[in-house]
Amino acid sequence: MSETPVVETRDVRRDYHMGEEIVHAVRGVSLEIARGDSVAIVGPSGCGKSTLLNLVGGIDRPTAGMVIVDGDRVDAMRDATATRFRLLRIGFVFQRFYLMPALSAAENVELPMAEAGMSGRKRAARARELLAYVGLAERRSHRPAQLSGGEQQRVAIARALANAPRILLADEPTGELDAKTGAEMIELLARVNRDGTTLVVVTHDEALARAARRVVHMRDGLVVDDHRQVGV
Amino acid sequence: MLFRLAWATLARHRSRTLLAILGVAVSAAMLLDMVMLSSGMRESFRHLLLVRGFQLRLSPKGTLPFDTDATIADASGVIRILGGIPEIDAVSPVLGGQLHVARGATTVTAAAIGGDAAVQGDYEITEGREPVAPNELVASDDFIRAAGVRVGDTLSAAAGYDAQFRTFSGARRLALVGRAHFLYTANEQRVVALPLATLQAMQGRASHDRVSFFMVRAREGASVDSVLGRIERAVPRVSVISTEVALRQVDERLSYFRQLAFILGSVSLGVGFLLVTTLVTVSVNERLGEIVVMRAIGVARGRVVLQIVLEGTAIMLVGALAGLGLGMLTARYLNSILASFPGLPAAIDFFLFQPRDAWAALGMLVIAGILAGIYPSWRGASMPIAVTLREEAVG
Repeated sequence: MSETPVVETRDVRRDYHMGEEIVHAVRGVSLEIARGDSVAIVGPSGCGKSTLLNLVGGIDRPTAGMVIVDGDRVDAMRDATATRFRLLRIGFVFQRFYLMPALSAAENVELPMAEAGMSGRKRAARARELLAYVGLAERRSHRPAQLSGGEQQRVAIARALANAPRILLADEPTGELDAKTGAEMIELLARVNRDGTTLVVVTHDEALARAARRVVHMRDGLVVDDHRQVGV
Repeated sequence: MLFRLAWATLARHRSRTLLAILGVAVSAAMLLDMVMLSSGMRESFRHLLLVRGFQLRLSPKGTLPFDTDATIADASGVIRILGGIPEIDAVSPVLGGQLHVARGATTVTAAAIGGDAAVQGDYEITEGREPVAPNELVASDDFIRAAGVRVGDTLSAAAGYDAQFRTFSGARRLALVGRAHFLYTANEQRVVALPLATLQAMQGRASHDRVSFFMVRAREGASVDSVLGRIERAVPRVSVISTEVALRQVDERLSYFRQLAFILGSVSLGVGFLLVTTLVTVSVNERLGEIVVMRAIGVARGRVVLQIVLEGTAIMLVGALAGLGLGMLTARYLNSILASFPGLPAAIDFFLFQPRDAWAALGMLVIAGILAGIYPSWRGASMPIAVTLREEAVG
């Protein structure tokens, strides 16, 4: 594991306006995540952990502070640059999978590669490889509706890995899965991390949090505990 | 991949896509029909007026051909004068009237055209030959059917009928030597044509050496306007109108058709626009989650917009093509109804298909569809990703 932080936040804040009320979702978080690490961000609902993940992934902008990923200021990126950054350097996995229902599993995995300009033949080969990696080689032609929740999440992980990102951000990746499928998902994410991708997960799932090397506890928009787990 | 995604999304909502295509097809058909209506009659008139190559009509001063019962006196003198103008290729005199043909106890009445068979521009022979001898005539299908006669029969005919004394005047025995298709008469109108001198003689002294109007054909290469000017100077007692002037008058008389067509065409275009806007808006709202996820995983906003606009464009294109067929069918049906419009030549097409206009109309519809899809898709692709994802997750 390298000691160079791949993710760095400096006194990051994020406020939302809800009507006339201002919600301070993140109140000044400074965090460094080393390349190749696996980090679980845990805490009660509404504590700001998903917001922090979104800020790191460049799908939200901080009200104040800095977000630096791989040496680049994500908080200062223009929309087009941030879009390209997400396409090539970040992989996203969502609780609800969010696959394109009209496309097959393979086409869903190909979508980010097509956007990155990869040729049809190359991306078909890589989609085949990634689906085999997540254990769905035989289900490549199936539509999301023909797949179980666990299978859909595996496709979502394959899609997130399509352009070989340095960082995989997962927001409650086991939230919609039963315990057995969730355990399989934890194993798959651990494998992704072992293979070199930095993993940051936001979760309520204790089993998933236990599988991370480092656990960051948040409460009321602040980091209240940050520790490494022994034996992971 | 965007094409694939657009196509797959349309195929996934088959019923909705099909209904949208049908809606656009109806809108396109109506737009096409209105475009065909707005220009059809005019172009059809132009074709009709020029079908025999006569570009000028001479009628009694201040009138239009067959607009009144007025006639031009000293017709042979006019022909002589016109013959002296070198740019004139042919002069066709026409005298209008009626012919009553006795068939047993009944009488069949027809519109009669007296002319010169060698230069006539009113009909085309479909059976038999031109009426060249003084006692010959040709007739329309409707007359032949109504009178129960055949080509080769001899008919007892009269040019005048006195209703008070119930007597015929100007009676003759005429041989039916041909069947003809008359170019300018209304549908199902009974018409006969006979030599000018015969009709003049049958109508009596009032029509001696008189005609209703002349048709004039200019020589190839000659300026029609120049010929018109020369005729006006040479024969000041006649009004001379060219095909262009006649068309302008037709335009004036049919302006309400064009206004109607314009309004209904605009409504069709508006309906198509609103249909696609509604469809795309509904589709975008329904797929907000998908759209923001595409943005989240790095698909550029413009590409998301393009993918959604492609869906709308595909619907418009297929709908417009279907509308082309539907429009042609409805135009044909409506034409058959309007062909019996009183006083209009049967050969007039209310709905004339002109490829350039048709493609322009359908192109306009497709462009409207594309424009209609841009705003809702741009709005969808510009939603704040994090907030929308959270709302989608809660919703």
